[in-house]
Amino acid sequence: MSKVNLNLPEVQIREIRINSITGFQGGAEELVNCAKCGLKDNARSFTQCVGCATSKAACMTILVQDGAVISHGPVGCSSCYHEFAFTYRVNSLLRGVEHPTQRKIYSTNLTENDTVYGGNEKLAKAIREVYERTHPKVIFVLTTCAVGIIGDDVESVCDEAEEELGIPVAAIFCEGFRSTVWTTGFDAGYHGIARKLVKPPRKRREDMINVINFWGSDVFADWFAPFGAKPNYITPYSTVESLTYSSEAVATVQACSTLGSYLGAVLEQEFGVPELPTAPPYGVVQTDRWFRALGKLLGKEEIAEQVIAEKKAAYLPKIEELKKKFRKIAGERSLTAYVTGGAAHGHALLSVLGELGIKAVGAAIFHHDPLFDNGEPDNDQLAQRVRDYGDVPNFNVCNKQEFELVNVLNRLRPDLLLARHGGMTLWGAKLGIPSLLIGDEHYSMGYEGLIKYGERILETLENDEFVKNLEKHAVNPYTKWWLSQQPNTFLAKKESRV
Amino acid sequence: MSSVIEQERYTCAIGALQSVVAIPRAVPILHSGPGCGDMIQGFFERSTGYAGGSTSPCTNFSEKEVVFGGIERLRDIVANTYKVLDTDLQVILTGCTAGIVGDDVDALAEEFREEGKPLVAVETAGFKCNNYEAHSLVVNAIIDQYVDMYTKDNESRSEPNTVNLFASVPYQDPFWKGNLGEYKRLLEGLGLKVHILFGPLSDGVTEWQRIPRAGFNILVSPWYGIPIVEHLESQYGQPYTWFPHIPVGANETERFLKQVLSFALEQGAELDKEKAEAFIKRESEAYYEEIDNLATFLLEFRYGLPNHVHILHDAGYVVGLSKFLLHEVGIVPKEQFVTDNTPTKFQEQIVAELASTSSKRKIPILFEPDAGLAQEVIRKLSHEGRGLIIGSGWDKELAKEKDYDFLSAALPSPYRLVMTTNYVGFSGGLRVIEDIYHNVLATYR
Repeated sequence: MSKVNLNLPEVQIREIRINSITGFQGGAEELVNCAKCGLKDNARSFTQCVGCATSKAACMTILVQDGAVISHGPVGCSSCYHEFAFTYRVNSLLRGVEHPTQRKIYSTNLTENDTVYGGNEKLAKAIREVYERTHPKVIFVLTTCAVGIIGDDVESVCDEAEEELGIPVAAIFCEGFRSTVWTTGFDAGYHGIARKLVKPPRKRREDMINVINFWGSDVFADWFAPFGAKPNYITPYSTVESLTYSSEAVATVQACSTLGSYLGAVLEQEFGVPELPTAPPYGVVQTDRWFRALGKLLGKEEIAEQVIAEKKAAYLPKIEELKKKFRKIAGERSLTAYVTGGAAHGHALLSVLGELGIKAVGAAIFHHDPLFDNGEPDNDQLAQRVRDYGDVPNFNVCNKQEFELVNVLNRLRPDLLLARHGGMTLWGAKLGIPSLLIGDEHYSMGYEGLIKYGERILETLENDEFVKNLEKHAVNPYTKWWLSQQPNTFLAKKESRV
Repeated sequence: MSSVIEQERYTCAIGALQSVVAIPRAVPILHSGPGCGDMIQGFFERSTGYAGGSTSPCTNFSEKEVVFGGIERLRDIVANTYKVLDTDLQVILTGCTAGIVGDDVDALAEEFREEGKPLVAVETAGFKCNNYEAHSLVVNAIIDQYVDMYTKDNESRSEPNTVNLFASVPYQDPFWKGNLGEYKRLLEGLGLKVHILFGPLSDGVTEWQRIPRAGFNILVSPWYGIPIVEHLESQYGQPYTWFPHIPVGANETERFLKQVLSFALEQGAELDKEKAEAFIKRESEAYYEEIDNLATFLLEFRYGLPNHVHILHDAGYVVGLSKFLLHEVGIVPKEQFVTDNTPTKFQEQIVAELASTSSKRKIPILFEPDAGLAQEVIRKLSHEGRGLIIGSGWDKELAKEKDYDFLSAALPSPYRLVMTTNYVGFSGGLRVIEDIYHNVLATYR
């Protein structure tokens, strides 16, 4: 179990805190077993653009309804944030926010002079100006590489402003170079939120369950209703108020164990909110377990059994029908699929495939956490996948290295590519492989999710004319040499950090 | 001046990696933190080209490179780029991390060039400048480190009828592809051979190699890109003619073409002046046929059309669109907002340009890179009649608040998809009209 220490301004990076890695090629079972006895990370001697912690911290703070965000750095370090403003606006209806307000996103626009003389003063002024302009209930200050290297004292500047303005001003340390695992940015965002916003519980609210997630559709309200509880979604679409008293929830559940690993542990260790000790509900068996664990935690085991029985009676026959359709398409052989996405949602999609009887022939998952912050092996979604549906060969831990993905897809030529992050489906399509990306992380959850997601897979397999045409005309910048090499050619072994 | 920038409409220096992406079969190699490429990709959206976005190699600086320097890692990445990617030109762009650490990327590029590799290095640390300025740094670096190696076969000013055109900043101008294509078509109509250097209608690196051959250069820009034409003047003795805003519609396009024509003739280009003028006339007549057809609609549509406009854009568009909308569409430009962080020394001339639009009215102009502040100004304004806002995706929310019509024509552009549309030229003017009134008519149901 990782030690949470809210006294420190910075969160410990993932690769140190929970030994996360970004390079591995082998089998899923091998990886799960390695994780138990010390995992070795592998470095690459060729790499492409990945993504960094700062935008991950940004999405967890920008979508807080009544906050403002300042990126302390050059103007480029916040230039993708308009995408979160778009997300906030278009997904607001899914979360019952009828009048989404304009997102308040600022950059201190650091220049060369500031890198010489320091940016403290500029930041101090910026915080006050943002306060005057928008009167937010919280100001989040995100750090960037330049600020991290020149050594601005962001923590002190924020603390002073907080005292003067009387609202929380949270310094969030998420410089890109600090961690090779970009999910550290989520942890950094949560760390700042926990330090500055979350307060000790005044009471325990039996009717409120925290759901740590992105901006997916509201499926939990229906699921929690029989248990007499409502979801408290954190942190996108939350408010300062709802974050402050997330400490009073009766439990915390995760939509993605990787995303909320740190916040779940903070809420449990510091505020006494127990985290559900099982992986999120993807696949029938895991959904059973999930409802049972929830029932147990809430002391409502009977209700859990009732919910499971009712839902299974309603949905299992439909799942069987879907499986039949897949078998019909496949004929003699079995349908094959490749998955690319972040941990642990990528693992979840592998479970969905397992349930639908589609053979997972490989996966490229952006990083791997051998054990989450709560130290609970039952939260390991990959271990669960392997246990419930068997091994996944060609399991690649790969932080969006497109060249490896292209190489592997070109070799495996699966019937289907499932992706969860932008940019990856393109290569399936260029190779003529029907490719599906669903951003809503809740879409395939639970028994009913299997049907919804399964139907989208069917539709994707059936409507392949577009990818078949694209394949004929696709531009390919990769050399013939590279496509004939082993995908791990540039992946070198290095010493374990353990 | 405010101490922050809200709702940024441009990005930092490393954003000029898109200028490399815009050169057919060229690849940017980022010597930067792991998130820089992602940020740039997120800002421009749908802009990965041949080897941009997730394809671009990057050293992905970690703590180790920050402490010990990243040049060895860069050497590996560059060497392996040649194995993995099939490209004609490689350009290393540095980020803040490499800039502060002080890695000598020039020396590294030199090493590879000595082995005959077409490798260019340019310092684009984000704190140095924005991408409007860095575009010139990138182009000049390619001229110095690549084009200059081919001068033996490409004698300076050996083709008096050939020109190099520097206009749109690729991708930062959402219409860059279409605009460059239209400039090329129009200038070819005058009898010139045109290097546009970026986009699918250019000839890629071969065209770059031929830059010195051109008799002169054309700059269409309010202020950015000047270092390029100045550099070429000193490097290859090429003079340049400068048109200071985007020519949209007939008036300004004719002015632009006539300016180029007379400059070309002065510089000894062998053009058939009469034929060139006939070309301009024919284009103009075709344009006015459309305006003629449209005038009844503009004059008589009785359910309401916008009568005034606020534009939030770079200075070239603000001036070009203001002139066009006032004289050729009848929409009156009210307060205008230049969001490109125009250096102070160019502001006076831009103000004068805009003032010359009309002797009857004064068009207020505000230079404000903090677009949140610009929006605040607009929030407090009120003019008679139906308003129109032309700006970036950020302004859609503002337009909704004010119940104005809205046209997305600047970055970032989450609400509009642009591929090869041009706003430049006669046809560009017509397209602007189509886009405005398409949105206006779509409000009726």
